[in-house]
Order: sequence, then structure tokens, then C-alpha cells
Amino acid sequence: MFVQGNHACVLGALRAGCRFFAGYPITPSSEIMEILASELPKIGGKFIQMEDEIAAMGAVIGASLTGLKAMTATSGPGFSLKQENIGYAAMAEIPCVVVNVQRGGPSTGLPTQSSQADVQQARWGTHGDHEIIVLAPSTIPEIYTTTIWAFNYAERFRTPVILLLDEIIGHMREMLKIPPDDEIELWDRPRPECEPGDYRPYQMVDTDIPPMADFGSGYRYHVTGLCHDETGFPTNDPQIIDRVMRRLTRKISRYRDQIYRSRESNLEGSEIVLFSYGSTARAAKQAMDLLRREKLNVGLFRPVTIWPFPEEQVRKIARASRHIIVCEANMGQIVREVERISCSQTNVHLVNSMNGEPVTPSQIMEQVKEVY
Amino acid sequence: MFDYGYYLRKEKFPHIWCAGCGDGTVLKAMLRAIHNLQLSKDEVVVVSGIGCSSRTPGYVDFNTLHTTHGRALTFATGIKLSKPHLKVIVVSGDGDGTAIGGNHFIHAARRNIDITMILYNNYIYGMTGGQASPTTPLGAFASTAPYGSIESNFNVSRLAEAAGATFVARGTAYHAAQLDRLIEKGIRNKGFSLIEVIVQCPTAFGRRNRYRNTLDMLHWQKEHAVPVQVAAKMSPEEMNGKFTTGVLVDKSRPEFTDLYEQLIDRVRTPR
Ligand SMILES: Cc1ncc(C[n+]2csc(CCOP(=O)(O)OP(=O)(O)O)c2C)c(N)n1
Ligand code: SF4
Repeated sequence: MFVQGNHACVLGALRAGCRFFAGYPITPSSEIMEILASELPKIGGKFIQMEDEIAAMGAVIGASLTGLKAMTATSGPGFSLKQENIGYAAMAEIPCVVVNVQRGGPSTGLPTQSSQADVQQARWGTHGDHEIIVLAPSTIPEIYTTTIWAFNYAERFRTPVILLLDEIIGHMREMLKIPPDDEIELWDRPRPECEPGDYRPYQMVDTDIPPMADFGSGYRYHVTGLCHDETGFPTNDPQIIDRVMRRLTRKISRYRDQIYRSRESNLEGSEIVLFSYGSTARAAKQAMDLLRREKLNVGLFRPVTIWPFPEEQVRKIARASRHIIVCEANMGQIVREVERISCSQTNVHLVNSMNGEPVTPSQIMEQVKEVY
Repeated sequence: MFDYGYYLRKEKFPHIWCAGCGDGTVLKAMLRAIHNLQLSKDEVVVVSGIGCSSRTPGYVDFNTLHTTHGRALTFATGIKLSKPHLKVIVVSGDGDGTAIGGNHFIHAARRNIDITMILYNNYIYGMTGGQASPTTPLGAFASTAPYGSIESNFNVSRLAEAAGATFVARGTAYHAAQLDRLIEKGIRNKGFSLIEVIVQCPTAFGRRNRYRNTLDMLHWQKEHAVPVQVAAKMSPEEMNGKFTTGVLVDKSRPEFTDLYEQLIDRVRTPR
């Protein structure tokens, strides 16, 4: 079928088992909410338009606590409003998916135009140390599958997952072939098997991801955004806090290999590597194809998992290349990370755009030719 | 004798509240109400925001959720809509419920979602040390109103009524014996219920406002509370500075999660 990116996101969410959506209208993400308003009740799922984005984020966390796979979607200013409760979900380890169809900012910015200027906010938007998973697909079929992975990661690792789309791929239409069941993996959150009396909701377990009981299922426990001990109750004990904070980081970092998703083309033997993600990676791919037709050796590394950052891969590319050209639609956000990781082992350049217009293939080609 | 112990997480005591604080009185009334209704502990969810009053859930043996400041109703809405059979009680302070959470408050009432909100009104921000809240009376002192508040205060119960709550009641910590009945009726109401409880905060409000002690504050509650039936026969002048107590609103209107279930029945894909 021929669908819009936002629609593909909905189809992926429903396939992943999403049964709860709360949101607040905002361009360019509203289609996700509108389609779910019509689809969820048909399958017994729950939909609610809340009074603002803060409320939507709260409702999603509440729903997830009862055991439903839950999602919200927003853009720009709405993403800013969600931040406090995203931190709550990180601290209390509540699975949830937050879609941000990026538009230009800051503030009301460019409501109907695209940008990738929220990639650092997606990582650090809420206060306090925390890990988070952020995914940025580039094509409509990839939006579908990445949305499923967003749910899988949220559930298995008990964490908020941010799915970063942008106005371009959110509104663009492309062919989507729905993958057959045997190509789709669905993960659920770990649930307790012990007696309710023995249940410790934040127990230190081998996996670092404690089982999560559904509210109302007979396991009565306490959930708080305060620093808490294994029983879920607030504590000021530095030793316990140290242990919990380290576990919260470790439960994502030790599973990096399961979380990394990326596409690479022609890295072998290419002294110039384009590094791009989301809609801008489409221009990078086109630039690479055109340049290779001119017999220029150019490769492309396209991370779908932006956070945790693909450090190992970038280190490898930095060692093997002469130039990394980062292409992104912002003032230069991910380029900082590439510079940090590549430690001057290669030359890092930025090709960007922040005026609502996409980065173009010719812009990228020009930069490549300049350094070739 | 009513066995509070059955409903308490005794290992979590001592509680954090100051000596003389009214919050514990409301907690006990809530437990009596739940007991009178014969609710099972597993079906009760108690959700709160942030504040002294919002520490209530930690001490009671139900499904309990201590959320972010002002947002308890939003989390509660997600829970109730997901699992409508759960009895969802929200505990909030006047700052939590009507300042930072004021928007959620009016919208929960408007939707008439079946949540019972117990709002501990101590006229002040207790937890953060006595700053003015939307219920701080005109002229009263707070750490951020050192010359007396120049803002008019909310009448929380009337705000709930105007926004569409189907059950509204007001009680006080002094009239503790009546409180469980009010909370019980609120939980029984199929729709959004508000029980506003006037509680004393000797530490952050009393000290600044020339109450000598807790007893003095309880005495004030006794002297200024007027049962609705009595108030109906009093002139506005006679009611000046006083407040009504008892059941203020008790009506019926379609409830949100019921309407949602009906919607599902209407549009559900036939299997
Ligand atoms: C977003 C946010 N802003 C401010 C605070 C600080 N804060 C904690 S409790 C509180 C006020 C509590 O007052 P109230 O709701 O009246 O409850 P009480 O303590 O009096 O029971 C404030 C402002 C916070 N925790 N979060
Ligand atoms: S500061 Fe006031 S509201 Fe808080 S515990 Fe003390 S008396 Fe109670």
C-alpha cells in the first residue's frame, strides 16, 4: 500500500500491540493521533485526547502501569512539555513510546517545516542523568519496522523510547509492503512469576531489568519518581542510590548490541564516509549514488539508533577513512558526537540546513568534491 | 475497633508529617471509607502528585503511585481508562491540585471520569516551606506573601462543580467522624468526585498566621464550618468568612469510561 510516514507509524504501533494512545494535537504529528482515534476503539484499544502534552505523557505512563503497550506522539513545543514525565518513566522504569515528528524550532518555530534539531533534546531533554533509546528511521517501510522496535525496546528494557521522525518523512508517501508474521519479532516486558508477597519491583536481578507487575493484578506495590530502593520506596541512602543509578544506566548500555540498528553502504574502501540519519540520509544516499557513478569512492553510514550513540562503529569508520561528512538538518548536533568519538583520527565536516529546507544532494556532493 | 493496621504499610512508619499535621486524619478517613465499601486492596489504586499530602500513598497497602507535581490526575486517567474496573483515588494538595495541576483538575471534572479526588486544602505549600497557594486567603501570610496575599483565592469545591464534577463534598480534619462518609459517597459516585478537606498545617501556615498551636487551628475549623443545610438558611453576611461543609453536589451524568466502552461496542470490528 501507498502510505504516509505518520500512517506507517500507526500501522507499526498497532502491529507491535499498542493498545493505548494519549495525545494533544500538533502539526506535523496530528495524523498519528487522528488515525489512532479511529483505529484503536475498533480493536478494543483506548484513545484519549488530553488537555495538553504533559497530561498525555502522564496518561500514557498510567496506562502502561496497568500492562498496556502505550504511546504518545507530538512535535516541537509538545516534545518540550513532555520532558518532565519522560524523566519519570525513566526513573520509575515504565515502558512507553514517544513519537516526535520534528519541526523547526526553537519555540513555535516552523510548524509546517522539517528539522532534525531535537536529536540532542531527545537524549538530554529531561533533567538528571539517565539513559534513553532514540531511533530515527529514513523511509516509510523503515518507519513501520522501527516503530515495532521502539515498542520492543521499551518493553524489554522498561524504558521510554523516543521515535524521531520529521515533517518530511512524516508526511511523505511511499510504498509499504507489510512484512509477514515470521519477519516480525514482538517482545514483551518481563513480568513477575513470584508470589505477590515476595515481589520487589526494583529488585537487583542478573539481567538488570526487574520484572514489572501490572497494576491491579494482585501485586500491590509502590511507584515513585523519587530515588527509591528495591521495594520502590524513597531512600536517601547514598549506597542504594549509587547502585540504582548505575543499574539504570547499565540496563541500556550492556544491551547496546541488541539496540543498535544501522545501515551501511560502500564503507569498504571508501576514504570519504557520509554520516546521516532520518530524512537527511535520503539526500546523502542520493549524493553517494551520484558520486559513485562519477567513480568517487564514497560510503554511507546511516544509524537508525541514534542513542545510545553507535560509538564503536564511528570509531571504526574514523580509523579507516580520511573524511567523515555529517549531514543533518540542524545547526550541527550529532556532528559534535562524531567529532568527540573520532578523536581527530579523521577530518569531520558538517553539511547542514536549518531554515526549513532539506539538505540537498548537491550540497553534499559539493562538500565531498571539495575534500576529495 | 477498626483495624487500620490491615490497610497500612506499617514498616514505612514513622511518617514524614509534622506533629499536629491534619494529613493523617484524612488518611485514616480514607481507609475507613474503603473498608466500609468492602473494596479489596488489589482493586484500589491511590495516585498522588508531590507535596506533604501527596505522601499518603506510600503508607497504604494498595496499588500506589506517587507521580510528578500536579499531574496525578493525568496518570490516574490513563489507569482508569485502561482498567475501568479499578477504583482510582487521587490524593492531592491545594497547590498540587489547583495551581500546577489546575488544568488537569477542571478537565477531569469536565470528562466526568470515575476518579475520586481527595484534596487536602491547608491553604499553603507545606512541603516547600510555606509559599502562597491558589487557596491562600486574601491577606493571609506566606513566605512568598510576606506582606499578606493580594491575590484572591479559589473556592475549590465550586471550581469542581462549575467544571462538571458530579459529586462534590467539603469536610474538615476537625469533623473527622463525618469525613469517611463523604469519601465513601465520593467513591460510590460513578463519575468525577471531589472531596475537599480543610486540614491544618501548623508548621507552614499556622505559625505565619498567628495560630498559637494545632488546637487553635482545629478550633478555627470548628467555628467556621457550616453544614450546607444550615448555610441554606443563613444570609450572605452571616456566612461571611465561613465555609459550607457536607455534600455540595450529587448528580448524575454519563461517565467517561462507560461512554468509551459504549463507543467500542459501536465501532468494534466484527470478528
Ligand atoms: C514541577 C515542580 N515544581 C515545583 C516542585 C516543588 N514542590 C514540591 S511540593 C510543592 C507544593 C506542595 O504544596 P501543596 O500541593 O499545597 O501540598 P502540601 O505540601 O501543602 O500538602 C512544590 C511547589 C516540584 N516538585 N515539581
Ligand atoms: S509542613 Fe504542614 S502540611 Fe507538611 S507535614 Fe508539616 S504540618 Fe503537614
